[in-house]
Amino acid sequence: MNSVQLASFSNQAIYAALFVFAIAFFAHAAEVAWSVKNIEGSKTTTFDFTKTERAGRIGTAMMVLGFLIVVIAVAARGLSAHRVPWGNMYEFSITGALTLCAAYLFSLAKWKLRWLGLPVSFFTLLTLGTAIVVLYRPSEQLVPALKSPWLAVHVSAAIISGGVFLVANLVAATYLWMEVVEKKAERPAWAKRIPSLESLDQLSYRLIAFVFPLWTFAVIAGAIWAESAWGKYWNWDPKETWAFITWVAYAAYLHARVTVGWRGRRAAWLCIFAGSTFLFNYIYVNIWGTGLHTYSGL
Amino acid sequence: MGFIAVMRWGWRQLTSMRTALILLMLLGVASIPGSLFPQRNQNPQKVDQYFVSDPTLAHWMDRLKLFNVYASPWFSAIYVLLFISLIGCVLPRTIDHMKAIGKKPPLTPKNLDRMEGFRVLTQNNDVALQSAKIWFKKNHFRVRIEGNSISAEKGYARETGNLLFHLSLVLILVGVALGSLFGSKGEAIVNMGERFVNTPTSYDTLSFGKFQGQGSLVPFELTVTNFAAKYNALTSMPEDYTLTTSVANPVGSAAKSVVIKVNKPLKYGNTKIYLQANGYSPVVLIRDKSGAVTFHGPVIFLPQDANLSSIGAIKVPDMSPQVGFIASFLPTAKSSKTEGVFSSYPEVLNPELVISAWQGNLGLDSGNPQSVYELNTSQMKKIGLRGLKLGDTYDFGVGSITFEGWKSWVNLQIVDDPGKMYALFGAIFAILGLLISLFTRQRRIWVKVGTRVEIAGLAKNGVPGLNEELDDLQRKVEQG
Repeated sequence: MNSVQLASFSNQAIYAALFVFAIAFFAHAAEVAWSVKNIEGSKTTTFDFTKTERAGRIGTAMMVLGFLIVVIAVAARGLSAHRVPWGNMYEFSITGALTLCAAYLFSLAKWKLRWLGLPVSFFTLLTLGTAIVVLYRPSEQLVPALKSPWLAVHVSAAIISGGVFLVANLVAATYLWMEVVEKKAERPAWAKRIPSLESLDQLSYRLIAFVFPLWTFAVIAGAIWAESAWGKYWNWDPKETWAFITWVAYAAYLHARVTVGWRGRRAAWLCIFAGSTFLFNYIYVNIWGTGLHTYSGL
Repeated sequence: MGFIAVMRWGWRQLTSMRTALILLMLLGVASIPGSLFPQRNQNPQKVDQYFVSDPTLAHWMDRLKLFNVYASPWFSAIYVLLFISLIGCVLPRTIDHMKAIGKKPPLTPKNLDRMEGFRVLTQNNDVALQSAKIWFKKNHFRVRIEGNSISAEKGYARETGNLLFHLSLVLILVGVALGSLFGSKGEAIVNMGERFVNTPTSYDTLSFGKFQGQGSLVPFELTVTNFAAKYNALTSMPEDYTLTTSVANPVGSAAKSVVIKVNKPLKYGNTKIYLQANGYSPVVLIRDKSGAVTFHGPVIFLPQDANLSSIGAIKVPDMSPQVGFIASFLPTAKSSKTEGVFSSYPEVLNPELVISAWQGNLGLDSGNPQSVYELNTSQMKKIGLRGLKLGDTYDFGVGSITFEGWKSWVNLQIVDDPGKMYALFGAIFAILGLLISLFTRQRRIWVKVGTRVEIAGLAKNGVPGLNEELDDLQRKVEQG
């Protein structure tokens, strides 16, 4: 296949992945919806997940399939341009969707987090959909400033961190939701398979503690690259500034947990705040911001 | 309270971890306005727009240094305080940690049943202490044996990593400070074929750090021998810039050919020479009425868009009355009914020079500095307008101008930063320290033998895995 064919193959793969993730989303939705059981004569609703086990399995299978298709799409996109596929916001987004799925599938294998499948498939659909509809750019060569081995190092570290930050945010949001649910009464049946508040709290902490050094590395790799491309390792460019703010926010989160002993609700809110500084950087600075990081192609 | 007491109290407050954290958060918050408002050193045109659209507001924003956030006194105040607070917070802890390295773990607590994972072994084992000691040694615990109990601890590296991380942050700040106090940064535009000698007068702009002397520039010279730009035929996006130069360091020594690219600057010690921008200088020949040459050569024009439509000013003070031109250079000229003449591609394929001729006083003697890219037409009147193809001559009545050709120019950025190596090492150690501190589990385990054998532990920050470890120890002790 030549470059043009590869690029169009990549696009078709993204459309195929959208279809597969849509199935995954509906399967996960059905898993919850069809397990609703009304007990006759009483007002309480219970959930019987034994009957919807198959829907859940289909959901997971589709997540894995979708993940593999996105891997192929990203690889084909990279091959079509003879470089790593992180040259503009479209490419960054499809790779971001990929790492989000990877972070989920890893957590699924390790901690049995199938309940996260519904939000993760939703966010993957959202990211891929916006990417192909709004952010799409034809596959082309990089501008000279991006031609550096640091592109692979710096951007991959940033994308992986972003994927894990998003998963940590979903877990923290689930914590807050479950807390509200538990306050009223005992957890209803549908929420029983979601881990305990304590495990959710621990999980979001562990995800962040795991990825914080990587994010630090992403910022530093960016500084090293900036030194060779722009003449200064730190320019207070809007994207750098917000990367720094994200770093400070997560540093505060880790301190709050480790030294001050924050747990539970406060920690979850801080986690969500830190994650939103990352999203703000990704959306606002890429699209409306000015500065040196203007590679979104928009 | 006496003066000294107040100072002591102030120092304690400043160096508490809470203050350090608040200052860190504050630094994050303080950096936000710089990303929302245009900054003078990054985007001066946008700052000027603020002054045009709302002068009063812009004036107040300027007084609050909102257009120059990262060099403002309030921003500097936060990071200097953070720097002091960090040192005051971390140094005493480092000293304590060093002292603790040779020390034994603390004594076994009286009531183990209040600790984590407390368990009582059913059989009373005489050799329990002995087997526990072997287990501890095998797992690299520090052990303290007092009478009938063992107190063991593991994971001191956590604090080591933690301190390494914070000390490295201090090192990064030192690097940043060194760079801004002892460095220099300048830019110069050089036409193809021209020579640049690294002395302060060769620069278009040059700034020195507070403690950096004028004579500290590396004495090199550089001649631009070739510049090649490659563009995408469909999108006009640049794909490659290659600058070939002939350099000699020091001036006058044997020259050698060096290629500079966007991600490959030329390096002399701490000084680096970057290829930062490029554009075109149209070459013009201007004669007066008698036919004598009054100006001949390339004039640097500034690019305005991705297709390198460039504008500039040509000033001829040696004619009387003086003559000036406002001109735009279009590398690949194209005309349409709606947009007039414009450039459709950044490479020179169909060059055109559109000029308007002015006559009068250029205003060069007024004493006010003037931009070389703009013509001050306040004392001039327009005498003509013409589009010139390559080789065309335009006779504007009092003289003529010939569009002879064009040259590429490159903008060189020359930066001397003696602090960056410190910042880099700081960054590397910071990551190392972070990894050590986040992935080391610190915990204590106690074994007590009396009428029964008791085991319990304590994991710092509630990190998991302690129970599994206690299970393993229990098995070992039970097996004897």
